[in-house]
Amino acid sequence: MSDTLSKIEKRTAYILILPAVFLVFSIILFPIFANVWISFKEVGLKDIRIPEPRAKKIVKSIKDNPDQLKVIYKLRNSSLILEIRDVKFQDKLPKNIKPINLDERCRVKSNKIYCDFGNWEAKYKENFQILLKSSDGKQINKKELKTIKPKLTGKSDNILLNTNFTLKNFKKVFFQNEFFDLLSTTFYYTFFGTIGSIVFGILTAQLVNQKFFGRTFMRSVLLFPYVGPVVALAYTWELLLDPYSGTLNNLLMNFQVIQEPLNLLGQKYLTINFFGFDLKLRLALTTVIIFEIWRYFPLAFLFILARLQAVPKELYEAAEVDGAGPLQKFINITLPQITAVISILFMIRFIWNFNKFEDIFLLTGGASGTRTLPINVYEQGFTISDIGMGSAVSIVIVALLLLFMFVYFKLIGKRADEN
Amino acid sequence: MKTKNLIYYALISSIFLFSLVSIWKILVTLQGVELKNFNFEIIITLGIAISLLNLIIGEKLNYLIKSTLFAFIFTFVDGYIVQVMPVWYNIGIFAILIFFTLKINKYSQKYLASEHSSQIVIFDFLTLFGIVLFSFVILFPFYMMLITSFKTQAALLINPLDFSINFKQDFKELFKSYFVIFDTYKFGRYILISTFVSVGTVIVTLLFAIPAAYAVARLNFFGKNFLSTSILIIYMFPAIVLVIPLYTVFSQLGLRNSVGGLLIVYTATTLPVAIYMLQGYFGSIPKELEEAAIMDKLNWFGIIIKIILPLSIPAISSVALYVFMIAWNEFLFSLMFLDNPNSFTLSRAIQYLSGDAETPRQYLMAGSVIVTIPVLLIFVYFEKYLVSGLTAGSVKG
Repeated sequence: MSDTLSKIEKRTAYILILPAVFLVFSIILFPIFANVWISFKEVGLKDIRIPEPRAKKIVKSIKDNPDQLKVIYKLRNSSLILEIRDVKFQDKLPKNIKPINLDERCRVKSNKIYCDFGNWEAKYKENFQILLKSSDGKQINKKELKTIKPKLTGKSDNILLNTNFTLKNFKKVFFQNEFFDLLSTTFYYTFFGTIGSIVFGILTAQLVNQKFFGRTFMRSVLLFPYVGPVVALAYTWELLLDPYSGTLNNLLMNFQVIQEPLNLLGQKYLTINFFGFDLKLRLALTTVIIFEIWRYFPLAFLFILARLQAVPKELYEAAEVDGAGPLQKFINITLPQITAVISILFMIRFIWNFNKFEDIFLLTGGASGTRTLPINVYEQGFTISDIGMGSAVSIVIVALLLLFMFVYFKLIGKRADEN
Repeated sequence: MKTKNLIYYALISSIFLFSLVSIWKILVTLQGVELKNFNFEIIITLGIAISLLNLIIGEKLNYLIKSTLFAFIFTFVDGYIVQVMPVWYNIGIFAILIFFTLKINKYSQKYLASEHSSQIVIFDFLTLFGIVLFSFVILFPFYMMLITSFKTQAALLINPLDFSINFKQDFKELFKSYFVIFDTYKFGRYILISTFVSVGTVIVTLLFAIPAAYAVARLNFFGKNFLSTSILIIYMFPAIVLVIPLYTVFSQLGLRNSVGGLLIVYTATTLPVAIYMLQGYFGSIPKELEEAAIMDKLNWFGIIIKIILPLSIPAISSVALYVFMIAWNEFLFSLMFLDNPNSFTLSRAIQYLSGDAETPRQYLMAGSVIVTIPVLLIFVYFEKYLVSGLTAGSVKG
């Protein structure tokens, strides 16, 4: 009895989860495997289109012969690369109309013309003609003839489905793509963005954890950058930072902080003279990192605030009795309490920043030294139109992330053992 | 009273005063008033003088009289330095000074004699400073977005620092950018598409997620643990990795450039987190309620409809709000999938608009205001329910 019950339970469970699992599998997991497949192929954006046989129908009347019409089909293979095999053609004729001198590839069967055009190589073109004659002597209705569209079918290779594999893409990723430049930019962006958002998260959480007037309002305001649409925020920042008409540059010049406008998003390096040394700061990258911190520190803030509110008040009271100042309280009580949250946050933010695409794309488009790996995926795939390359880069991203997670869990696991 | 504490107190409080006054001066500059200098030295000197006087006077004077006195002195000196200023500028300075002097009123000579007082003073002022600074830094871009959308191209070029709005002008003139983006750029259509996609995603996601979450929370089946851990791992997976395969497959299936294709992708990407949040809530509903229902011979469908759903309205609505916000804000897939202006979402439309270098900025900002307002309204209005979900990591980004 209980056996059948648990069987029913199992069956119900599978029915309930199946739709969700199926959808997630086909949209999220399948593409990850497909990525591996595509990355070993030489595929361009133009190869994705499946070749189609196409026909444009033109109807022409013939001089001195009102009961006859000429129909021209402009036939072509839509693909410039691939052939189409076994092309079949089909077109309907209005009643009482018969073709004369029909091409030998075609035959007529109950008001329909069927043709076998055989194989069409790439770029194939042909003007195919049919002469039509009205069998009852009436004039043929041109309009009616025009509205009927011919149907064409054919078989073709799908470049994605054949089994020609190559390592070319990966060779290109590592040796012709300034790979280490990309990697270091991505790393800077990810690392400093992560650290910055966590530091500001700690500061703001500490802030909001105190009692003051307007605290709940402050909490919602701090979350605005995180919940706002990235497109709107990125363009607002772009306007704010514009070298000529941007508010920030004009303010700084107005108050004589700087003499020349700074192109914060368009300048790769800024040379700063620091005690006689020329320091090169990657200006655009720094700006993009600052935007990233501004937009994502609220996540760290929320996590840390939630943790801070769970710290027992007695700990602080006891420390106060022992004569500890605010700094000691922060170092000796608060920090140890939030290390676990910070280590989780570091991982989450690191992974998400590593894959961040929209922010950089909207702010600089990857120019002036802000080209990270995700930006490169887009550029390879859609700007240079090399889908295979784009896939290869994204496979590298996944591999690096898995490596990061592996190392991170090893380190964190070790530390957890020690404690 | 230790000298070290005294110095810290005087310095940090005057720096705080300086930053308050400076932010006020920036805001005033943005109203088109000519102001070229922060007068760092003078403000700091005045600040130090006021904070020291505050200690010397102590409680000999009523604190209200004391602050008013300080505020009057400061406003007068400042007004004398910066010269021609509208009255509201001086009123602002006066208000800042009242606020500042009331804050420093609690520090006395006795207070500064205690051991950690310098640290406490620094922490107090850092807190105040943080509140002011963070509010300013966060709200400023939003403020700029809103104001720019009401300006004209000419006004923006003449003086980029003039943020003042002439409210006396015609209603149609004031909202001109909004009229233009609705008339010329068909933003009405994009709003409809965005709304359709977001609401559609919410409905489809809930239809898929509720049964699945129920199964994960309540039923025993092979692979349950694997499923519940893989939900989180899948959620961590980056969207940029999915883009190319989805693009190729959707192109071949003819799903690209269609709102339906977008709906499928959004549903799949929000499903893991929806299931994760819902199963946590479903698990907290007492099991006895369902046992009674099983006695009444209700099947799983009946249980979900009659028992689970009515009890979890708050959780379901917060998941719905999240999914709505994620779908509304989404940009990457709409950039990849849509290239026909007839099927653009709002985010994609704004990006398309900015692609044309000729597009005046105020139109761009008007579009940005339109796409931002619904999300912020939802967020502020439902903040209480949404914050707990955010901590559960529901918005990826």
